[in-house]
Formats: sequence, C-alpha cells, structure tokens
Amino acid sequence: MVDLPLDPPAVESPSLRRRKWVGHGALYLVAFFVLCAIIIPLTFSVLGGFRTNQQLVQDPVGFPNPWTGSNYTSILQSGEFWRQVVNSTVIALLSAAMVLPAASMAAFVIARYSFRGRELFYGLFTLGLLFPVAVAILPLFIVLRQVGLLSNPLGVALPQAAFGLPIAIIIMRPFFRAIPQELQDAAAIDGCTPLRFYWSVMLPLSRPVLSTIAVITIVGSWNAFFLPLLVLIDPDKATLPIGVNNVSTQFSTDFALVLAYTTLAMVPALIFYAIAERQIIGGLTAGAVKE
Amino acid sequence: MRAPTTTTPAARQPASRLGRVPKTTVLLFMLPALTLYGVFVIYPIIQSLRYSFYDWNGLEPLDNFVGLDNFRRAWSDQLFRDALSHNVIILVLSVFLQVPFALGLALLLNSRIHGRAILRTLFFAPYVLSEVVTGVVWRQILRPDGLLDQGLDAVGATGLTHEWLADPELVLYSLFFIISWKYFGFHMVIILAGLQQLPRELHEAASIDGASSWQSFRYITLPLLGPTLRVSLFLSIIGALQLFDLVWVTTKGGPIGASSTMATFLYDQFRKGLFGYASAVSIVIFGLSLVVALFYQRVALRRDLEGTGLVG
Repeated sequence: MVDLPLDPPAVESPSLRRRKWVGHGALYLVAFFVLCAIIIPLTFSVLGGFRTNQQLVQDPVGFPNPWTGSNYTSILQSGEFWRQVVNSTVIALLSAAMVLPAASMAAFVIARYSFRGRELFYGLFTLGLLFPVAVAILPLFIVLRQVGLLSNPLGVALPQAAFGLPIAIIIMRPFFRAIPQELQDAAAIDGCTPLRFYWSVMLPLSRPVLSTIAVITIVGSWNAFFLPLLVLIDPDKATLPIGVNNVSTQFSTDFALVLAYTTLAMVPALIFYAIAERQIIGGLTAGAVKE
Repeated sequence: MRAPTTTTPAARQPASRLGRVPKTTVLLFMLPALTLYGVFVIYPIIQSLRYSFYDWNGLEPLDNFVGLDNFRRAWSDQLFRDALSHNVIILVLSVFLQVPFALGLALLLNSRIHGRAILRTLFFAPYVLSEVVTGVVWRQILRPDGLLDQGLDAVGATGLTHEWLADPELVLYSLFFIISWKYFGFHMVIILAGLQQLPRELHEAASIDGASSWQSFRYITLPLLGPTLRVSLFLSIIGALQLFDLVWVTTKGGPIGASSTMATFLYDQFRKGLFGYASAVSIVIFGLSLVVALFYQRVALRRDLEGTGLVG
C-alpha cells in the first residue's frame, strides 16, 4: 500500500496571502475599536472617582493629577453605601431562594410526567416573558401596600421571583427532559416516590442548571431598578441602584463623587461576572438557542 | 437536506413514555410556582385591565367607571403618541443596526483571531452592569463639556461637539447608542452560540467548491442561523417596546419629552396619581408586546416550515 498524503500542502499565492493579511488586520481593527468603546467609559468612571470635581470639569481626559482618594474613602466610610450593599444582597439571595425551589418543582413535573393541562401550564409560564414589570407595577404596588410589604425586602423579592419564573422554567425544562427515562423507571420500580426522585436524583444531577438560574436571578435582582424604586420608599431600605440614582440626582454637580459612587456600585457586579461568566452566558444562550 | 427547526429531539418525546402520577402530586409540585405567579403576575395584570376602565387616583373607592375613555385619551394624547413613536424609532434602529452589528461581532469572534475568549468576556461586560450605572456613567460622558466634547476638542474636532442629551433632535439617537452599548453583547453571545452549533463540513465543502467567504456567509451561515437570529430579533423588539430603566436614569424622558417611552410616560402618570390612565397605558404596552409576539411567531414559524417544504 502506498501512503498518500491526505492533505496536499496548501499552496498560497502571495496575493491571496496579502488579502488574508489585510482581512485579518481589519478584523483586529474593528475588535480594537469596540474594545475601546467599552473600556473607555469604564476607565473614565474609575479614574473620575480619583479626581476632584475641579479636575473633572477642567480635564476629564488624562490621568488624575494629583490622585485624590477622598471620594472613594468618604463613600466607603459612610454607613449608607454598605447598608445598600447589604440590602441588595439580601434581596438578591431571597429572590434566588424562592425562584429555585418553585421553578424546579414546576419544571420537574412538566418535564417528567404526563398530565392534563401540562402544555397549558407551560404556555402560561412562557407567556410571562411578555409581561414587563411595568405592566403590573400599579396593581403590584397596591397589593404590596395592602399586605404591608412596602419598604420590605420581601416586597421586592417576591414579585422578582414571580417574574423570574418563566425564564427559569424555560431553561430548566429541556435539561430535566434530557435525564434518561430508564433512571426514572428504575426508581419507580424500587418504590421511589416522585418527591424522593425529585430530591435525591433530579436535583443532584441538575446542579449546573440550578447554579445557572441562581446566577441569572441574582444578577437580575442586583441590577433591578423600577420595582425597588417604587416599593422601597424608606431610604434606609434602598438598594445599590437606587442609591446610585439618588446620589446622581442629589449631588448632580459633584461629578467626581457621583462617578466614585457609580464605580463602587459597578465593582461587585463585575467581580461576580468574572466568577460566574460561564453560568451567565451559558444560561442565556441555553434559553435562546436550544428552545 | 432538512432545514433545522427550533424543536429539540427531547421535546418530541412521546407523552406516553413519561411517567404518570396522581393529579394531587402534580398540583403539589406546581403549587409554589403557581401561587407566586398567580399572586404577583397574573392577578396584577388582571387588575391592571380592570383599573384601566376607571377614572381612579388609587385612594378613593373604585367607582367611576369610564369605559374605554382612558384608551381614547391615550390615543389622542400627543405626549403618548410621541412616546410611542420613540419606542418605534428605537425598535427600528435596534433591528436594523444593533442586531446586525452584534451579528458582525459574533462572526468576528467565530473567526480565527487571537484573544477571542477575552474579547467575548469584555464585549459582554456592559450587559452585567445595571442600567442605572450605565445611564449615570454615560450621562457624565455626554454632558455639555463632558468627556466626549472635551475629547473632540482635544483632537481639534470642535465642530462636532453637541448637546448630546439636551438637544431634543439628538437625544433619542444618543440614547440608542447607550442602549446598544449595553445590550449588543447579549445579542452577540446568543448569535455566537448559534454559530458554534453550525456543522463545519458545509463551510469546508463550500470553500473546496470555490465559494467566496461572502457566498459562504450568504448561502450557508445566514439561512442556518435563521432560528437564532429570530430569537435575537424578537427579544430586541420586545425590549424596545418595554424600554424604561435606562431611559429614566439617563434622561427621565426629557428634554421636553423628546426621549420619552411608553413606560416612562406610564410612570409619569403614576406619579401624578392617574392610576386608571396609567393602567390603560400599561395594558397598551402589554397588548402591543402580545400582538408582536403572536404575529412574529406566526411569520417566523411559517418561514421555518417553508424551509422544510411542508408549506407553499
């Protein structure tokens, strides 16, 4: 037998190679411009916090000269900022703690059992994607006022969890479906109840999708603005986005302070993103591409 | 060859193969989700619909039934019409500029350039920032004599400085830029995931047959990417109709309503205590979203079916 080369060595004409080079150069150039468009505003915010207001008005472009840390230190020493961090964290964790069990239990029966109205329930939940909080905001406000949940973390977390159910169920269902039916049959033969199967088999096998939902819920809650704006009337209960908005209107002329506050509010989200990038991107694309 | 549909094989699993359980078990499992959803999503929406037929300030008893007056009022309210037209402008710009831009960058990240992973991470970063942070930072950059204007001055382009957020003619386009800045990464990531699912063999075969990269994109990538692109476009359209946070933080809908959206208009009415009127506006937003969704699903679904040769 004769050994034939499977891939003939690529012969590139000089002109083709040059065209490739130009093409690639253009790609890098575009990438570079987009990168600048993203990094410049963020750097501007970080550096702006290190300037005095005077510097910011006169020369917002270069490096701060001299660097002033007083904006950052004064915010970090204020109880207000930390209170808002705590409030945001509490609400985010509460939301996730409610979405995870509620959505996974519903998605579990919808994915694994046949019963009348199954598709109807699923349709009802997916329809929820079309409801912006804005549509329900007035009655929501009235309900929360009636049950005394205004200015209460639960008053934000409960509706957020409810509005988070659709996407959570949509992402979880195919994941639950993919678990082999044999496993469920075997468990059923061994006398395993649905609850036991859900708890001891499904949930442990579904950790990736559960963490994805947790991360998406936490990010959404952390960034939420409209609902907390209406519900958290007491300034002591304000979350970080409300705090940033308040500072930016109250101290609208102290640009440097506003930028420092904004930068500090940005940091937790970016750290969280750095840690959980896989879950965030994986979850969003799973919802959009696989369905 | 069959065109891909959006259904996964798992979704076509016959119902008979699934386990059976008593109805009560099903209900118990659904109970937490149904309760949450019922109390905080369904009930408020039904209430919104009800309030929209009343002239009501949120405090008095709900007894001044006015029928469709609130809707008529919205239709003849120039401020609401302006807000609606702003939503439409953002929608059109998103569909024709933002999504194609995201597609371009997704193609870029799908090509063999260095540092793709880090570029994806950075391009997506604005999406994780809150609307408030985004709005406040950009307000500082675009304010008169802010970073952008001074930057333009510094490179000698003084003629290009503008009142980016204060000029009624310009503000909507500045806002659209900020919206794209924040959301393009989201669409890019969705499209990129779609691109990575495409079979490589087709492009290889095409390139052996001497297809140019444009032909390969136009006749292979684009049609196969259809379902993913439609999801992206759909989310972009719904997002444009429901736009609130970013606009409210950045401009509050101003100056003189030049950047208002239906949702900021709604919030203005809410703050004035016009609960009935505001509810009618919220129903209009929901109704439009629903109509778009249904229409879109019909058209998109038809097109996917046409690809299979089942229709037409």
